[in-house]
Amino acid sequence: MSDLTKTTGYKMAERLLTEFDYGKVTKLANGQILREYEVVAIDKEIEIAKGIKFPGWTYNGSIPGPSFRCTEGDLLRFHFINKGSHPHSIHFHGIHPPEMDGLTSIYPGQNFTYEFEAKPYGLQIYHCHVLPLARHIHKGLYGNFIIDPKKPREPALELNMVMNGFDLDLDGENEFYTVNGYAFAFMNHPIKIKKDQLVRIYLSNLTEFDLLNSFHLHANYFTYYPTGRNDNPSQFTDTIMQCQGERGIIEVRFSYKGIYMFHAHVSEFAELGWMGFFEVE
Amino acid sequence: MKGKWLITVLIPLVLLIGVLGWVLKNGAGVEKDPAAPIEVLNIERIKVTKIGFELFVSNTGPEPLTISQVMVNDSVWNFNVAPQAKLERFDEGKVTISYPWVEGDPHTIKLITENGIISEGEVAAATLTPEVTWSNFLNYGLIGFYVGIVPITLGLLWYPFMKRFSRKSINGILALTVGLLLFLFVGTLADGFEIGAEAPSVFQGNMVVIIAASLTFLLLIGFDQYQQRKQEKKGYSPFGLALLMAAGIGLHNFGEGLAIGSSFALGEAALGTFLIIGFTLHNITEGIGIAAPLLKTTPRYRDFLLLGVIAGAPAIAGTWVGGFIFSPIWGALFLGIGAGAILQVIYVITKILIEDHRKHNEASVSWLNLSGFAIGLLIMYFTAFFVKF
Repeated sequence: MSDLTKTTGYKMAERLLTEFDYGKVTKLANGQILREYEVVAIDKEIEIAKGIKFPGWTYNGSIPGPSFRCTEGDLLRFHFINKGSHPHSIHFHGIHPPEMDGLTSIYPGQNFTYEFEAKPYGLQIYHCHVLPLARHIHKGLYGNFIIDPKKPREPALELNMVMNGFDLDLDGENEFYTVNGYAFAFMNHPIKIKKDQLVRIYLSNLTEFDLLNSFHLHANYFTYYPTGRNDNPSQFTDTIMQCQGERGIIEVRFSYKGIYMFHAHVSEFAELGWMGFFEVE
Repeated sequence: MKGKWLITVLIPLVLLIGVLGWVLKNGAGVEKDPAAPIEVLNIERIKVTKIGFELFVSNTGPEPLTISQVMVNDSVWNFNVAPQAKLERFDEGKVTISYPWVEGDPHTIKLITENGIISEGEVAAATLTPEVTWSNFLNYGLIGFYVGIVPITLGLLWYPFMKRFSRKSINGILALTVGLLLFLFVGTLADGFEIGAEAPSVFQGNMVVIIAASLTFLLLIGFDQYQQRKQEKKGYSPFGLALLMAAGIGLHNFGEGLAIGSSFALGEAALGTFLIIGFTLHNITEGIGIAAPLLKTTPRYRDFLLLGVIAGAPAIAGTWVGGFIFSPIWGALFLGIGAGAILQVIYVITKILIEDHRKHNEASVSWLNLSGFAIGLLIMYFTAFFVKF
């Protein structure tokens, strides 16, 4: 487990931690912001633990897919091209016309543009909605979709974390549990944080085959906003759980320097890859 | 004429080489890549040590493979592979895992290859795998002694009692021997299949049992016929028959020792007094069987000693092999040989019985013989209750 080499799988998880896709931005005549995103479904082998290859179905070549980001009220266009071997779609959570809901299969070689206004603000997710669902989601077609409120949130170190799992022998049970697709990524390479800095984590659960996943932080407490809504009742705690598709925002400050562990409080998930460290300097 | 004859041999050969060359160069026209990677990683033996586990593995699949991750009881764990994690076809390796195992608990070890193929090994009840030390060596030998030598020698001690039997009763005892040998034959074959199934599939453990059993059977019969023609004597000497039976039973007892030794080594069975008593009862009939052919002769004491050692001592060797260096494929081979040898003894005794009754114008399946045969089978069946674990 203690392995300091930065393999391709780790680099993917690290990149997804802080990379947000704001799309190509233009301003419409009525003053509305238009964001256009390129989304390509491709079959790709992903390294999900050191030396383990997983034959994935991906959006833009990573599991999870890119973290799309916009502001409430923006007009969004997702130009979707299916270059995979199976029909796929993008089903976004949020409020939009039903014909943009991603229930229609886009066949290999075809494309489709999903267009809708970004609302409501909060942390949404997106995933493929082609049957069989469990297979399409588990193979890697999912990601975070952040709609920022019009009044910007307080500046912070923003981290993107998608909890997921991988079933290698297709027995309906995951062999590995990860954050951003690589087992023990942030255990071997702790996430660097400054003392007293506000940290905001966009956390979602897209683990297939298990009912629940959880997030537990050592030696500290955090504020949890379900679905990223400030108007939802928040919690001040050190452990939260999310069912499949549930997501929320964690805000936390660290007042002591040192190493803080975080992991799923399902011990099995933790020991199978869902474990990491913050290093407060 | 001779040239023509040679050409008829060569034509198919040349064509065969042509076809193989074509297929190798152009493929067989069917899909080249399998849908999923075919990787076969065999876990041949798991040794439980003070610091954790040692797994002896081999790659018996068609392609090279790389061991990338190890899980113990659903937890990713650090490991080392010697000489290296990449195994070529038929390469062997040793996976060392430091793990704080719990005495008596089951432990499941998963080896995951680069392509996500999982091989699972199980330690049914963790306990230190016995090292080859003098005291272990003696202890295992003692188990074999109790299970093999003691009961057979005790069975042979019934000889003076059986000596007073009439010709017909002696034949009844021989029929009893056939019954118990039939039980041993089927049991040995079944054990062979069971152990053979644990061997890497490329070695086809079941076929090894069949080949070893049938060849042993036919070779022994062939050797027997050759001897008879050469010496122009009729059949076996009684002592020769007893010797043959002792050898066959010896191989069976080797298999029994193998099973006991490996079960103890794997922590699957505890050496209980009950089990020792069971084996003594179960194997005592083997001694009676060996003594049966000698009833019409006057053997010497040292003949009995020799027979007892030949039939019983392999149990000692079996516990050593099973306890310290067990390998399923060798086990399958030995048990196959044992089954073949026992079958040959059944054949010989049955022939003797039938010929003897024919000589005296009697039916060979008499009530006495049928009862003897049935009692032989039933004694083995019921005494086996003590030793099935």
